[in-house]
Amino acid sequence: MRFFFLVWMIGFSVGTLQAGDWRQFRGTNGSSISTETGLPIKWSPTENIAWKVKLPGRGLSSPIVVGDRIFLTCSSGFRQDRLHVVCLNTTDGSVRWDRQFTATGRTMTFPKICNATPSPASDGQRVFALFSSNDLICLDLDGNLQWYRGLTYDHPNVSNSLGMASSPVVIGDTVVAQVENDSQSLATGIDVATGLSRWTIERPKRANWTSAVTLTKETGADDNLVLLQSSAGLAAIDPITGKAAWNYDAGASTIPSAVVSEGIIYLPSQGITALQPPKGSANPEVLWKGNKLGPGTASPIAYDGRLYTVNAAGVLIAADLKTGEEKWKLRLEGPFSGTPFVADGLLYIFNEKGVGQVIKPGDTSGEVVGSNDLGEMFLCTPAVSGGAIYIRSDSTLWKIAK
Amino acid sequence: MNCLQVAGAGHWLRRTMAVGLILIYATGTCTAATLEKSIVAIRAVGPEGQGHPAAIAAMKEVSVGPADSLFPLLNAFDDASPLAINWLRGAVDAVADRELKSTGHLPAAKLEAFIKDTSRRAEARRLAYEWLIKVDPAAADRLIPGMIKDASPEFRRDAVQRLIKSAAAAQEEKQPEQALKLYREALAGAVDDDQVKAIVTPLREMGQTINLQKHFGFLTEWSIAGPFDNTGLKGFDMVYAPEKGIDLATTYDGKDGPVTWKKVSTADEYGVLNIAKQLSPFKGAVMYATTTFDSDKARPVEFRLGTPNAWKLWVNGKLVFARDEYHRGVQLDQYSVKTELKQGQNVILLKVCQNEQTEEWAQDYKYQIRICDSTGAAILPSPATATSQVSR
Repeated sequence: MRFFFLVWMIGFSVGTLQAGDWRQFRGTNGSSISTETGLPIKWSPTENIAWKVKLPGRGLSSPIVVGDRIFLTCSSGFRQDRLHVVCLNTTDGSVRWDRQFTATGRTMTFPKICNATPSPASDGQRVFALFSSNDLICLDLDGNLQWYRGLTYDHPNVSNSLGMASSPVVIGDTVVAQVENDSQSLATGIDVATGLSRWTIERPKRANWTSAVTLTKETGADDNLVLLQSSAGLAAIDPITGKAAWNYDAGASTIPSAVVSEGIIYLPSQGITALQPPKGSANPEVLWKGNKLGPGTASPIAYDGRLYTVNAAGVLIAADLKTGEEKWKLRLEGPFSGTPFVADGLLYIFNEKGVGQVIKPGDTSGEVVGSNDLGEMFLCTPAVSGGAIYIRSDSTLWKIAK
Repeated sequence: MNCLQVAGAGHWLRRTMAVGLILIYATGTCTAATLEKSIVAIRAVGPEGQGHPAAIAAMKEVSVGPADSLFPLLNAFDDASPLAINWLRGAVDAVADRELKSTGHLPAAKLEAFIKDTSRRAEARRLAYEWLIKVDPAAADRLIPGMIKDASPEFRRDAVQRLIKSAAAAQEEKQPEQALKLYREALAGAVDDDQVKAIVTPLREMGQTINLQKHFGFLTEWSIAGPFDNTGLKGFDMVYAPEKGIDLATTYDGKDGPVTWKKVSTADEYGVLNIAKQLSPFKGAVMYATTTFDSDKARPVEFRLGTPNAWKLWVNGKLVFARDEYHRGVQLDQYSVKTELKQGQNVILLKVCQNEQTEEWAQDYKYQIRICDSTGAAILPSPATATSQVSR
């Protein structure tokens, strides 16, 4: 009996490792900022590649990392209805397990993307894998199914013929899925342990590919709220009750997602709108608007006194974080679908042609210090952990490390 | 200590405990009765998380069971809901994965027998096959060639692919009669459009005539009435007269004046009826289309529809699905609606709505619809009747 208890406790502690984790789209706190140092600046198919592995299906979801395990999703089959949640070892890319399921929702997407578009998320003990078909799968870190929800199975018009992309987010013991389109839209907060919805709320009937972000102490705020972005604006939702704490109703983008830094929200709305969250239920205060800072597909990053956006023309724009004043621009080689990340004072961004560009930002200008072609189309946002960059194409997962 | 607590252990530890777990199972902690009870709980999962607490506890029990528990779990796929199938699949994968990693073996002979038992659920047989070929890759050569019309679309696809490959090789070796025979055989089982194209292209190059409308089961002859008003998208929810009863001799008050039913058909080999081209590029419009389908028996079917427009579908007066999405793409089998046909004549009514977007890419006003089984194989109208409006 004591032996089994010990085994259970060790298993639990393995699942709660935190150092260096990259647990969801844009990192554990959704900032796209990594604490890693010493990442490569130069790489090629034969240089600074620790390994690459063929994946069992298509996908543009981001990999995530928990401890020494990488989790990512793929979809396969003629109808893209075979759903894969794959766990690989960070050391050599070997597959620990590949759990497969069958989509219960519609799998049609724009051909460039596929069913495995939303990124998975983890609370350190479980992995939550959401697909464009709105199948939401919860597995433990060893691949044991904990629960399975079919959000389109529950609500048959929750689907988008172009495909869905919003990634789930974990806040406390709730995983929030935001599934919005032209026909029926909703968001639901689900108990991580049981898979039961704590709440489900109606959302604007308009296609939306943005991902929720959190307003918590991890993002420099005093609140504990999940922020749902849409064409209508931004709704701050209590993750336990689903009730709106406040709303910002001036509209927002439906592709790039907001970022929170030191408690301030930088929302892709009329370019970028910086919002000070209110105390209580008042409206948020607009700190500034930068109508020339509008991002294309990539989401913004707030780092070291600067806000960085990449516009639809592939131009990196650096603006003052406190005023929105544009400081400098740098034309990059695009186009871009994934969001950049920052590590060790450098900004990394991968374009759709397979070129990873490394930018050294300065006060008055930025400089491209690395331009590295891996020759595959990258649509995803990378994960960063353990001194390595993990990026996946439609067929391959790469580990870039010295 | 019971099976439930053990499930929290790490993967590497569980591998070392596999023998112990089997002993626990064999000595009664997880008895056959417990397994049966667990399976009942898992099969009871429903929408909105129904049955989760019991199913989660059951999953912890069954996921640590021995290899022999694979078969009760696979049997449980029969008549299970799509949600329950995924839960059961999770259990099968956990058991099989652990067994394979800890012993290097799976019960191959029993798996093969299960795969061959076509009375079992197609998804379960396919899952059994995918585990079998991990320990016996040669099983693919024994099993797949006979699966050209299997109830599993994946088995069918594999079987068709082998025939395509063999046919192409026969062509390469200048054996046209053999190639023709193999391509024809492949076409008989092909349900996926990429494979159909890969077969039809060489067959047509050999001078063969292929009726794709019939192959896929498209409905191609319709009576159509409209336009009714969809200004401001109000027409989607508006109940216009055709929804209250179909009389092909009636004249209605339409958006731009009186409208009557007109007979239309499409020669498009993928059954696309282009309202904008055949009639008028209506904007802010609702059109109704009706046809009949004679079925030789009552049966479950799938209506598979493709359209960039909003739509509602009624079968024998019953609304089976409604969708108000405009211009987010269109493809073959974009929507799949499961319903029942009755024996004899079935009346189909389709409402297709066009919005008022002005962009060039938002001018399409069209649909294609077919009737098929769960694999995607066409269901054709009863040959005993002559009234059907499906392409023959």
